[in-house]
Amino acid sequence: MSKLLVQEKEIVVPGQDLAEGMDYLPGEDVIRDKDKLVSTKLGIVGLSGRLVRIVPLNGPYVPKRGDLVIGKIVGVGIGGWRVNIGWPFEANLSVKDATSDFIEKGSDLSKYFNYGDYIIVEIVNVASSKIIDLSMKGPGLRKLGSGRLITIPATKVPRVIGKQGSMISLVKDYTGCKISVGQNGIIWLKGDEPKKELLAIKAINKIENESHISGLTDRMKEFLEREKNGL
Amino acid sequence: MVYEKRLDGRKFDELRPVEANVGVVKRAAGSAMFKIGKTIAIAAVYGPRELYPQVFQNPTNGVLRCNYNMMAFSGSGDRVRPGPSRRSKEISLVMEKALLPVVDLSGYAGTVVDVFVELVQTDAGTRCAGICAAAMALADAGIPMKDLVSSVAVGRVGGKIVLDLSKEEEDYEGHATDIATAFSTRMGQVTLLQMDGEVSREELKKALELAKSGCEKIKEIQVKALKAKYVGDLNE
Repeated sequence: MSKLLVQEKEIVVPGQDLAEGMDYLPGEDVIRDKDKLVSTKLGIVGLSGRLVRIVPLNGPYVPKRGDLVIGKIVGVGIGGWRVNIGWPFEANLSVKDATSDFIEKGSDLSKYFNYGDYIIVEIVNVASSKIIDLSMKGPGLRKLGSGRLITIPATKVPRVIGKQGSMISLVKDYTGCKISVGQNGIIWLKGDEPKKELLAIKAINKIENESHISGLTDRMKEFLEREKNGL
Repeated sequence: MVYEKRLDGRKFDELRPVEANVGVVKRAAGSAMFKIGKTIAIAAVYGPRELYPQVFQNPTNGVLRCNYNMMAFSGSGDRVRPGPSRRSKEISLVMEKALLPVVDLSGYAGTVVDVFVELVQTDAGTRCAGICAAAMALADAGIPMKDLVSSVAVGRVGGKIVLDLSKEEEDYEGHATDIATAFSTRMGQVTLLQMDGEVSREELKKALELAKSGCEKIKEIQVKALKAKYVGDLNE
């Protein structure tokens, strides 16, 4: 007889039994040990049908194909750029995937992206932990201009974005800032006034700190409404 | 000489007062404090990050690297000479081996996860306190783990099998045997077993049973501390 041992949204620790029996399936960060499902991370239980998964509360960013991330140029070579995307190893952006402009062979690539520039890129291939390919061909992928950068844990990114981007558009609407959120937890934002930018940062930090507490959208609305008067 | 009553008045199967706390080092990826009696260990986890020199990298798996250190003022009077010593090197190694069976770093090939354990105050059982703190810090950092590791010392003092020896008991004038153990209680595995002294086969069996029950109690405290970092906010 299969039995669920935890409730949805319960906080669990590594090594905690989540379900007994073969009717439940292990999802993300869950392993099967004989007839039991066991959590491997400190996180919140998520259930969808028979699938049991863990939404981790903290953890390093692990690159996945298809992620849009914000990276920093740390190397300029002859065939492309090396980009730091918040993972222990640098990712590679080749000239071919960076632009559709014609770039003459042997030209100085630092004219396009120089050391220290920040770019929004898509991860197109993760062959191993050391071979990660990036692309800048796609809507919204560009070099970032002036603005502010903040970093949050990558596990909190889904809450900052919200369902279909609801949370981030809430912050954008109230503060009037342009905001880009990378899956690696790096956020770029720019507003007309420093005050508005600071409010947006305050709001994002609030989401980060309270991401595991339900009713976040309502609380954020209330918070932004109250703080807006100070602008 | 028969040891009838423990020097600090505890029962023979009683732990010293235990306290645990998670998230004590804000800049670290994960951190924890574990206090048992007068022994206090603080663990901080950094990484995964690139491992140098490159020859130490494992192309198929991440590397776990532990560092154990007793602070200069941590002892009971004499200044502990700072820096690595034969003893701290050995303890770093056994801590690493005690944690490795539960940590899964296969997703972090070529990287290292650093665990720094600092002993702020010491009164016997430092490697055990260090392992408990390190396990909690790794869980806090979001490193995949099959279980938590709990650790406690058992021993024989004056012919009696006792749980969680204090410094006075380790130095008991009759013969004292000190056995440091670590368990993964869910998997029922021993991940650390070291002994200093003499003990018979039956006594060792009895001691390990006692250690297991002690580790189960410690695990409850570890779990509670890990959840407390977040559950506190949920009730607001």
